Amino acid sequence: MKRIYQHIEQITGPVVMLRAKGIAYGELARIRLGDGATSYAQTIKLRDDQVTLQVFAGSKGVSTGDEVEFLGHQVELMYAAESILGRTFSGVGEPIDGRPPVQDAEKVEIGGPSFNPARRIVPTRMIQTGIPMIDMFNSLVESQKLPIFSVAGEPYNPLLARIALQAEADVIIVGGMGLKYDDYLFFRDKLAPNKERTIMFIHTASDPVVECIMVPDMALAAAERYATANRRVLVLLTDMTAFSDAMKEVAVAMEQIPANRGYPGDLYSQLAARYEKAVDIEGSGSITILAVTTMPGDDVTHPVPDNTGYITEGQFYLKNGVIDPFGSLSRLKQIVNKRTREDHAPLMNAMIQLYDSCRKVRQQQSMGFSISDFDQKLLAYGEEFERRMMDLEVNLPLQKQLDLGWEILANHFTPQQAALSHRLIEAYWPKSRIVAA
Amino acid sequence: MSKSNAVVVGVNGNMVSARFTGNVRMNAVAYIALPAPAGQDVVRLKAEIIRVRGEECDMQVFEDTRGIRIGDPVEITEHLLAIELGPGLLGMVYDGLGNPLEELAQKTGFFLKRGTYLPTLARDRKWHFKPCAHVGDKLQAGHGLGTVPEGVFTHRIMVPFGLVGAGEVLEVAPAGEYPVDHPIGKVRSLATGRTHEVSMMQIWPVKKPITAYAERLLPSRPLTTRIRIVDTFFPVAEGGTACIPGPFGSGKTVFQQSVSRYADADVVIVAACGERAGEVVETLREFPELVDPRTGRSLMERTIIICNTSSMPVAAREASVYTAVTMAEYYRQMGLRVLVLADSTSRWAQALREMSGRLEEIPGEEAFPAYLGSLIAAFYERGGIVRLADPNLGAAQGSTTIIGTVSPAGGNFEEPVTQSTLAVVGCFLGLTYARSYAKRFPAISPLDSWSKYLDSLKPALEELYAPGWVAEVRALQRFYREGQRIGDQMKVVGEEELSVDELVHFLKSELFDAVFLQQNAYDEVDAGPSTVRTAFALKLARSVLEHDFGFVSKDQARERLLDLTSAMRNWNLAADGSPEYERFLSEIRGALLPRDGAGRKNSPSNVSTARKIQS
Ligand SMILES: Nc1ncnc2c1ncn2[C@@H]1O[C@H](COP(=O)(O)OP(=O)(O)OP(=O)(O)O)[C@@H](O)[C@H]1O
Ligand SMILES: [Mg+2]
Repeated sequence: MKRIYQHIEQITGPVVMLRAKGIAYGELARIRLGDGATSYAQTIKLRDDQVTLQVFAGSKGVSTGDEVEFLGHQVELMYAAESILGRTFSGVGEPIDGRPPVQDAEKVEIGGPSFNPARRIVPTRMIQTGIPMIDMFNSLVESQKLPIFSVAGEPYNPLLARIALQAEADVIIVGGMGLKYDDYLFFRDKLAPNKERTIMFIHTASDPVVECIMVPDMALAAAERYATANRRVLVLLTDMTAFSDAMKEVAVAMEQIPANRGYPGDLYSQLAARYEKAVDIEGSGSITILAVTTMPGDDVTHPVPDNTGYITEGQFYLKNGVIDPFGSLSRLKQIVNKRTREDHAPLMNAMIQLYDSCRKVRQQQSMGFSISDFDQKLLAYGEEFERRMMDLEVNLPLQKQLDLGWEILANHFTPQQAALSHRLIEAYWPKSRIVAA
Repeated sequence: MSKSNAVVVGVNGNMVSARFTGNVRMNAVAYIALPAPAGQDVVRLKAEIIRVRGEECDMQVFEDTRGIRIGDPVEITEHLLAIELGPGLLGMVYDGLGNPLEELAQKTGFFLKRGTYLPTLARDRKWHFKPCAHVGDKLQAGHGLGTVPEGVFTHRIMVPFGLVGAGEVLEVAPAGEYPVDHPIGKVRSLATGRTHEVSMMQIWPVKKPITAYAERLLPSRPLTTRIRIVDTFFPVAEGGTACIPGPFGSGKTVFQQSVSRYADADVVIVAACGERAGEVVETLREFPELVDPRTGRSLMERTIIICNTSSMPVAAREASVYTAVTMAEYYRQMGLRVLVLADSTSRWAQALREMSGRLEEIPGEEAFPAYLGSLIAAFYERGGIVRLADPNLGAAQGSTTIIGTVSPAGGNFEEPVTQSTLAVVGCFLGLTYARSYAKRFPAISPLDSWSKYLDSLKPALEELYAPGWVAEVRALQRFYREGQRIGDQMKVVGEEELSVDELVHFLKSELFDAVFLQQNAYDEVDAGPSTVRTAFALKLARSVLEHDFGFVSKDQARERLLDLTSAMRNWNLAADGSPEYERFLSEIRGALLPRDGAGRKNSPSNVSTARKIQS
């Protein structure tokens, strides 16, 4: 059967149409551009002999006479459990670390079928990151999917890099979408010490837009292979808004009717198909997903964060350089908080409540109200809490985080004021640091 | 199997177009055959015809369509999209099309494999059939032929729902053990003369309501959910409908999970429609361990889970709510009270939107199809309470109650799915971001929600709780609203501007919110108090609201009412008859003792809150 065609009939945005026979839906093609470069393209619509392709490199400079070769297979990941560790690939899975292609790779179709819900288990383990605002206040649970809602300018990539370095996981997979080149270099250098357990799929802002769409699928297809081979995988995606925008671009070129602010009606399903790859497998490994979602205009009702919130199991808000303890929520934390240390949940609640009171006092103060002695204590507590707990630079194992929590409380309050149970006070209140009421 | 009668001419996402010969039926099932790699079986992908134009039909495919080519053969069947109904549905977990997920896992492992379909009802299991009809009986659709025990229920084997007019029983099998597909009788239609062979299993098209009952009745009884704010302020009727719209994270799923445990229904069908798989797993793993206090058996025995989560094929998501409600109608035909919990109907609506877009239909608001409203209305219309047709059952009734969640974009209720749903349901439980952010769960707005059933169920509610109940609830609603209004006013003008009296009213409404309207779904006791306890708790709360505390200062009011709030919250968490229960109760009662003369002097300012709440 003929596999090579030389006449493109239509070019709109990143989408081209030509006439061809025997093409499978989803089939991958390679376009040989006039200047000698090539681009991959994927079949996204078939109608009689009209084949519509989304061109990964975009259609800039594509000529109607360019040669299109159909490759007879779907988009694939080159997988080899050991030799892809430490490697960096583009959105279409080609090495971009200057090293040769992966040897003895197995071809894995990306975007594979859904995990059977009947084979999932309720997760039980937490993933420690060393960051108190995560471990202590909103624990990340193995197999959880959590977004980091943020706005441009916040240090979300440094945060992800820290998690990649410190998190308890066997394999870390980074999926970069629309990354600034500097950010890519930052990830590359920062994660270098952990190379042997890290894989990166990187799409930068200067790469063709459509390649961005492939990044999560590539990362998650690899994750699935490791997870079914008994490895605990942590997938870090940044930025899912760039991914959604790329889908929007293709949808517009396809003349699809947008549902909300230009985004296609299937945005929810598309995002969910990726996030739902997070899984804890009975008798085997797991996939956990942390994903940055930048909120255009700091608006959480924007379609991307909004649809994301409906899919994920809670969210972190990264605001003013810290993880906001109020809007942030790990919906699964109660599963693991009972198993860490008996004081974990009550201490967390007490500290948050006091911090909330501190916030209220600050408001009153700013409105010119007079404040009491106890209010002064709250203010001092809030300052120390922010400096020693909320600061993203703090790096402690959970046990130490909890101990620090008690210490901070004891620096400002009496056991009564902390409103914790007698038993816990007996067991954990620092004996030497009791201050007068 | 009939041979191919169509070929693929177009593929666009999960929509496939085919050119056919002969006749096709709208909503018929078709199979697209994928050419198999050497040595493998042909993969047949299930689809449903959703549009016919000339010689071409468009199908929504219930699977991933990758790999389909122009010219691939399509086999179009005569059958509408249907499911098998019979003993063995209870306790099972199905995908949106009725494939048992556990059995699929045994066959295909961790991942779902497209084109793998299994019968809804196991064929290797035998059921003990006991006939109740006799040869020569003239019966109609839905009349009993016999029974089999299914868990705690007597499962009625009925004359097929599709029989038109009366039929004469030609044969009935003797009592014995049979698999579901074994013939157990023959019925001849008097109208057509055709003889129907009957087994314990029927196949019914999911998009067609089962109407083999005598008549539909007006809902007249409440369906208790054991969620206090619902059962008192916004009751749901047995055979009625309710919706729960709310932004993400506001507690829709936790609410549904709680109701699925505690609702006073015989059978609960949970449709996890386009939501997280993890949430279903919680139910899946917990229910077999939980004991249903009504029956003493595992909760799973009264539950069916239809699980078409967000990463499973979108078209099957659309089918899943119909699969759920069809199973509900089936058990309703046996005189059971069935509850359908659909989470989330917005995902179903989105599936419709995706397909409508592919069909290039003229879009309505937010690109939803123009017919969205009528489909939503038709879905909720499948709820209802009915009198059964079988004369042997006397006045027996069965019911389907539907409670659906809605996930509005941006949490804004002014969107098409919420609005279309509000137009048809009897009860609106609106969740607000403000309440969930403040951790006031369930975050059902006591001010904006409504239930048409509070008035229409008055006689039944007063019989269940107490005479004068509805008026009392209305009075509490007014009291709460006024208290919150004062609170809002306070935010603007500051506390100084309020009288002690006004502040006390506000604080009492906050107390009522905290100790009655809020409920902790994760606490064993608080999650599901009995009707008796709820009625008692309401009375207790009311006596607090009506009590003249004679507070002399705002600080005193604040402090005393906070203490009381804490005692009442603790009482909520104390198990019936436990020492804590008694301890906190006497603490509460202690706070309500008539005051000595000292406090009474400033009573003028307390008159209005101390007055009996006007009924
Ligand atoms: N009744 C309740 N008691 C205590 N906590 C609750 C209650 N309801 C909800 N929550 C809290 O809110 C979180 C979110 O609830 P839930 O998953 O039900 O939200 P949802 O409305 O279904 O969100 P989504 O639309 O994203 O599915 C829960 O994980 C829990 O922490
Ligand atoms: Mg939910």
